[in-house]
Amino acid sequence: MHKARHSPARSIAAHAILIAWTVIALFPVFVIVINSFKSRKAIFGDPLALPLPENFDLVGYTTVLAQGDFFQYFLNSLIVTVASLFFVLLFGAMAAFALSEYRFRGNTLMGLYLALGIMIPIRLGTVAILQLMVASGLVNTRTALVLVYTAQGLPLAVFILSEFMRNVSHDLKNAGRIDGLSEYTIFFRLVLPLVRPAMATVAVFTMIPIWNDLWFPLILAPAEEVKTITLGSQVFIGQFVTNWNAVLAALSLAIVPVLVLYLIFSRQLIRGITAGAVK
Amino acid sequence: MTGRRAFRWHIVVFLAPAVLVYTAIMIIPLFGTLNLSLFNLDATRERVFVGLENFRTLFGDPRWSHSFWNALANNAWFFVVHMLVQNPIGILLAALLSSPRLRMAAFYRTAIFIPTILSFVIVGFVWKLILSPIWGIAPGILDMVGLKALFAPWLGKEEYALTTLALVSVWQFVGIPMMLIYAAMLSIPDEVIEAAEMDGVTGWSQFWKIKLPLILPSIGIISILTFVGNFNAFDLIYVAQGALAGPNFATDILGTFLYRTFFGFQLQLGDPHMGATIASVMFLIILLGVCVYLFLVQTRLRRYQF
Repeated sequence: MHKARHSPARSIAAHAILIAWTVIALFPVFVIVINSFKSRKAIFGDPLALPLPENFDLVGYTTVLAQGDFFQYFLNSLIVTVASLFFVLLFGAMAAFALSEYRFRGNTLMGLYLALGIMIPIRLGTVAILQLMVASGLVNTRTALVLVYTAQGLPLAVFILSEFMRNVSHDLKNAGRIDGLSEYTIFFRLVLPLVRPAMATVAVFTMIPIWNDLWFPLILAPAEEVKTITLGSQVFIGQFVTNWNAVLAALSLAIVPVLVLYLIFSRQLIRGITAGAVK
Repeated sequence: MTGRRAFRWHIVVFLAPAVLVYTAIMIIPLFGTLNLSLFNLDATRERVFVGLENFRTLFGDPRWSHSFWNALANNAWFFVVHMLVQNPIGILLAALLSSPRLRMAAFYRTAIFIPTILSFVIVGFVWKLILSPIWGIAPGILDMVGLKALFAPWLGKEEYALTTLALVSVWQFVGIPMMLIYAAMLSIPDEVIEAAEMDGVTGWSQFWKIKLPLILPSIGIISILTFVGNFNAFDLIYVAQGALAGPNFATDILGTFLYRTFFGFQLQLGDPHMGATIASVMFLIILLGVCVYLFLVQTRLRRYQF
């Protein structure tokens, strides 16, 4: 029986297909990163060669670091992402707790109302969001971005977290109540620590689209001092299209932080996706 | 209720922040945009209520309707390419990954998901460089396998540009269907698979007859996610081809059309009212898709409980 399932030919074919797609997935990134370390002549002469001592050149990186304020962009992205993530997780967990813990009139309706945003993209409200930000003087501030991303992240966070909070033991919470703990203490001291794995999953899902977003930074915060790294590299590369060393170096600089973060969190991400579906 | 026990203020405290931010930044602007599509400027540049006049302009005025139908048709093709290429490849990869005792499954999973985490800016420029006839990576590789004659500056040709960009987007997002289907396949109980094997159903017939029916709900979810994502797309086209979605609007989709209308480009001034009108039409299209999924597809899919 098991012979049929694990015949060598079948297994070789499976590996062949998976390896082929892995190469397709990684090849473009690989080509960009190796060429960013080469001299202009080597980039065009032999694009697939690895950087060797004779063609090694960091001129791209020096141009990028001298021209664009990449450190500031990076800092802006970091501030916006971390602040949005904090509010999405805090507000999302609080709302999820209220929806999963208490019975009150309008509970289901409130759940549906908050879930609406999972399907309807916030971008469609851009015209009115810009007017709102202009009216409140928040254009070209990081606050505007944090507000938008918090609203964007909340629906999915509430949805996933309330699924997890339903599984937290009722005995534990009731024991806390008998000991005279307030509802707030029960939430922050008992429930939050127990749903930490789910919070990590939500964090990864929320973080990637915020870090990578181009639309809202372009529309709400295009000023130099609040530019995010995604918008910053887009503008920079647009200006330096003919300087291939600089473009390749800028792309590599944009890829590496995301890649490092992903490799740190990938196990969490994959576990989160599979856990959600196994349920 | 209040007579029986005190009003439970903590529920309000727990719900208020999320509901306030979500309502103020998402729901009100969404309805604000729908509302704005019913107004326009009159001759004295005063804002007046015009009813459905903007929609009539969008569909009736040849200058607008031509761009609109072009963007909608391109967007539909963008979606079709995703459904025909991205989702089958995702299912194939997931089926291979979920086979038991596959070595290095974690490595493949991690590696294949990498493009999905990169931003559109990176993906757009990376492929622009690779497909560029100046650099010669793409023709070089085709030359290696003896197909150099097939090379064309795909992003610059009207007939290929949109399909090329759709395939780039497929390359980027194939990780999502792969992961979701992979998760669904892992959740199929071993007993079901073992029972199938006892009956001699193995390999591909096992996939078609046992696993595929069980993962249909996940395929439904992937389809609607793809639909919403595609009809809301903007970034990749903007990065690779600019707001003008060249060559000659061949890659213009609803997102870039909305951006150009709202913010203006070159000599045309931005028009918030027509922008809101286009956003409203996009809203209706997405709503229609979600309703079709919820009421027609999801209710007909059989879910198996184990």
